[in-house]
Amino acid sequence: MSAAQRAEHDEATYDVIVIGGGGAGLRAAIEATAQGAKTAIVCKSLFGKAHTVMAEGGMAAALRNVWPEDGWDVHFRDTMRGGKLLNNWRMAQIHAQESPDRVLELEEWGAMFDRTPEGLILQRDFGGHRYARLAHVGDRTGLELIRTLQYRAVELGIDVLMECNVQRLLLDDGHVAGAFGYWRQTGRFILLRAKAIVLATGGAGRSWRVTTNSWESTGDGLRLALEAGADLMDMEFVQFHPTGMVWPLSVRGLLVTEGVRGDGGTLKNKNGERFMFNYIPEFFKAETADSEAEADRWYQDKKNNRRTPDLLPRDEVARAINSEVKAGRGTPHGGVWLDIASRRSADYIKRRLPSMYVQFKELADVDITKEAFEIGPTCHYFMGGIRVEADSAATTVRGLFAAGECAAGLHGANRLGGNSLSDLVVFGRRAGLHAAQFAAAQRAPGAVDPSDLDAAAARMLAPLERQDGEDPYAIQSDLQDTMQDLVGLIRTQSELDEALVRVRSYRDRLSRVSARGDAKYNPAWNLSLDLDSMLTVSEVCTRAASMRTESRGGHTRDDFPTADPEWAKVNVVVRRKDGELSLQTEPLPQMPADLKEIATGEGKATAAAAPQTT
Amino acid sequence: MTETTEQVRRDATVRVFRGEDRTSGQFVEYTVPVDPGMVVLDVMFRVQQMRAPDLAVRWNCKAGKCGSCSAEINGRPKLMCMTRLSSLPPAEPITVAPMATFPLVRDLVTDVSFNYEKAKTIPAVRLAPPGPDGKRRMFQEEVDRVQEFHKCIECFLCQNVCHVIRDHEENKEAYAGPRFFVKLAALEMHPLDTRDRIEMIRAREGLGYCNITKCCTEVCPESIKITDNAIIPLKERVVSEFYDPLAWVKRRIFGGPDDGAKEPAAVADR
Ligand SMILES: Cc1cc2nc3c(=O)[nH]c(=O)nc-3n(C[C@H](O)[C@H](O)[C@H](O)COP(=O)(O)OP(=O)(O)OC[C@H]3O[C@@H](n4cnc5c(N)ncnc54)[C@H](O)[C@@H]3O)c2cc1C
Ligand code: SF4
Ligand code: SF4
Ligand code: FES
Repeated sequence: MSAAQRAEHDEATYDVIVIGGGGAGLRAAIEATAQGAKTAIVCKSLFGKAHTVMAEGGMAAALRNVWPEDGWDVHFRDTMRGGKLLNNWRMAQIHAQESPDRVLELEEWGAMFDRTPEGLILQRDFGGHRYARLAHVGDRTGLELIRTLQYRAVELGIDVLMECNVQRLLLDDGHVAGAFGYWRQTGRFILLRAKAIVLATGGAGRSWRVTTNSWESTGDGLRLALEAGADLMDMEFVQFHPTGMVWPLSVRGLLVTEGVRGDGGTLKNKNGERFMFNYIPEFFKAETADSEAEADRWYQDKKNNRRTPDLLPRDEVARAINSEVKAGRGTPHGGVWLDIASRRSADYIKRRLPSMYVQFKELADVDITKEAFEIGPTCHYFMGGIRVEADSAATTVRGLFAAGECAAGLHGANRLGGNSLSDLVVFGRRAGLHAAQFAAAQRAPGAVDPSDLDAAAARMLAPLERQDGEDPYAIQSDLQDTMQDLVGLIRTQSELDEALVRVRSYRDRLSRVSARGDAKYNPAWNLSLDLDSMLTVSEVCTRAASMRTESRGGHTRDDFPTADPEWAKVNVVVRRKDGELSLQTEPLPQMPADLKEIATGEGKATAAAAPQTT
Repeated sequence: MTETTEQVRRDATVRVFRGEDRTSGQFVEYTVPVDPGMVVLDVMFRVQQMRAPDLAVRWNCKAGKCGSCSAEINGRPKLMCMTRLSSLPPAEPITVAPMATFPLVRDLVTDVSFNYEKAKTIPAVRLAPPGPDGKRRMFQEEVDRVQEFHKCIECFLCQNVCHVIRDHEENKEAYAGPRFFVKLAALEMHPLDTRDRIEMIRAREGLGYCNITKCCTEVCPESIKITDNAIIPLKERVVSEFYDPLAWVKRRIFGGPDDGAKEPAAVADR
């Protein structure tokens, strides 16, 4: 970009900039504003449309409205066990302790959760949670969460820069000085100067063919953080949700909420067998029902019965479905059956799962109140992400914070359903708080180096200037096939090696990409730039997956099928040094003895949580 | 029946509006192969991949949940991601145009910032304090009707069809539109909210302009009964609270039904 062009870009200055308008970004911005920081939210899509809007089932918090036996310690234990103890224990503790307050605060700001007969917030069952714990609004909890926070942000007068895409973070002597990006509607560049930045850019599932994620989930925040010098962690752990739609092709991957199973639905193979009873792992045997009768009784009486295996953590269920299909017991389109029709009344289903009812009716011509439907695993959630300090959400770069799905640690090797929405508000708030405090201690935003802007602008303009280059849609499509086929639910060394070769070849193609047309609302250009993030995430995920030679949670190796106690002690950490990625293992933070006792199943809390067999 | 239509349709011809302003822009015809079960948004992706990479389309969830992909399909306001090809006549080309009421950005994308500005004019919820245990009690029966309004995905299709906005640019200043009547109704019917917005609904949000044509209700993809459940009850409240001098005096002197807790929201409130 010439000096003249550079002079033309828009410019704005804030104390705190939050990149991301999902639950995490909104909550961060609300808190930063409450702390007195001049704050802006930047998001790629329209305000109120972020991926969070799609969340269905609910948000986990030990409110104890339905089960007084519940408590933060039980929630902590469930989260740690779901994550195969690889979680950052301190994050899991904070999350379990603070989530009830964050839910009540949403109610204060206007959220209308479903109610118990006593008029309190109703809680529903979800996989891996000992008690019915998820505050919810039918099956559209994410919509309620985002609207509530969106209108709270409006009330506080927070600036929202929407359809604005951040492409680079700017540093001054190693600490954050701002961000550079473009407006999608005009293609104009914008320079944002800030004392602190919160990354809340969400997940990265878009690199897989079959996914629940929207186009936004390209992992931009992960790339931005890595380039700025921050660490990524746990990038090998990708959650494949067991129940995505499989037919028709047009909706393949679309989420079917776990709430279907939470509310009584059950998985069956083509022979009508409830196969999950054959897949109960040793680790969960003591707390899982081993007969259909006990599993069915559990919905009503949790004290005297153990949980149905249909609600084992997601990694277990996804692998079981995969095995059934491989063994030839799948449905016509390569999934298994999910049946709630034969188990609950049509009225109940329509009331509890209204969006699911409509989704199947309109998009698949299936009436879920009358028949079972086909489902199969779909790429859903990134446990890994930006490494943060547990209490403050600070990254290793000064002035840079991260929260929500783009941050790592809370969920360990596998996330429990409902623990993301609560994560967003618990750590979104903390990120906003600490970013505001950090900003208050700075006199002015750092200096911006004009040569950084030149470099960023040149990189962004290149796809528009190039004629007859590679087609961005074709690169995306090839990448999605590669990640789906070779870095999916089940992995093996030779396939991971092949994936890495291919991903690098796409990188090469991306350097020759050309987007036809100009910069104004041009999806081909937007995709060309997003592909940079998608390829970075894919490479990092593939390399981390090759490194971890064991199976744990959302990372399953065909060639190393069991968990390895040595790998239980370390995270895989990724950083960029001199332009090159480096991966290494680092020891997990040590869990204090009292919490360890809770997490591993003895101790006070677990006495309450222990399955009681009669 | 849908099965057979879909088997017949191997490719689809779409006429898509292209351009940066409504007068110089025009419909361009594309024919692309299609698969069973496809929605109109899938066809737009095919057009991008095979024919027009820079075709501007706004979307996000592709599941009818975010309200980004509003457009006029064969002249009818709809979500592109929830409109199955099998629901459209197979023999004719499918016309896809941007929403007519909002300024055009490019192709199918419009500038919907009008709605975001209107959102800022609505005084937020302010609840009565919680019980001694820190919790609030509301019953499912009272929550139900508000939950209907909270289903709104802000697709702005209702704003797009409402003739008060569509045909009279000058009304935009003093008229919130159906989406925001839904929002106001949700606040007014919140069992624990303490604010009184009736005066501002009348004076500033322009409820009186609505003449109950129900066009908004017809297009709502969330099947919210905008007119029957939101607008009409609001109109009744305006009439009884504002034009009934007795009720007005009573409200001023003795406070609202919840013992003076209702605080009138200033018209100038941001
Ligand atoms: C279908 C579905 C159902 C789910 N259901 C549940 C559930 O029931 N319970 C639960 O706990 N979890 C659920 N999840 C997971 C949960 O919804 C997500 O993990 C969570 O919403 C992520 O929120 P976030 O705030 O981190 O990011 P997102 O909501 O993904 O928002 C990311 C934001 O960052 C912005 N952004 C990204 N890159 C850039 C950039 N370069 N420049 C500017 N802005 C950028 C985007 O525009 C967006 O505003 C579900 C997920 C899916 C897909
Ligand atoms: S009923 Fe009222 S708000 Fe709805 S479209 Fe008609 S005039 Fe507009
Ligand atoms: S009320 Fe219905 S039509 Fe209007 S914006 Fe909301 S969802 Fe769309
Ligand atoms: S893309 Fe979200 S509603 Fe159509």
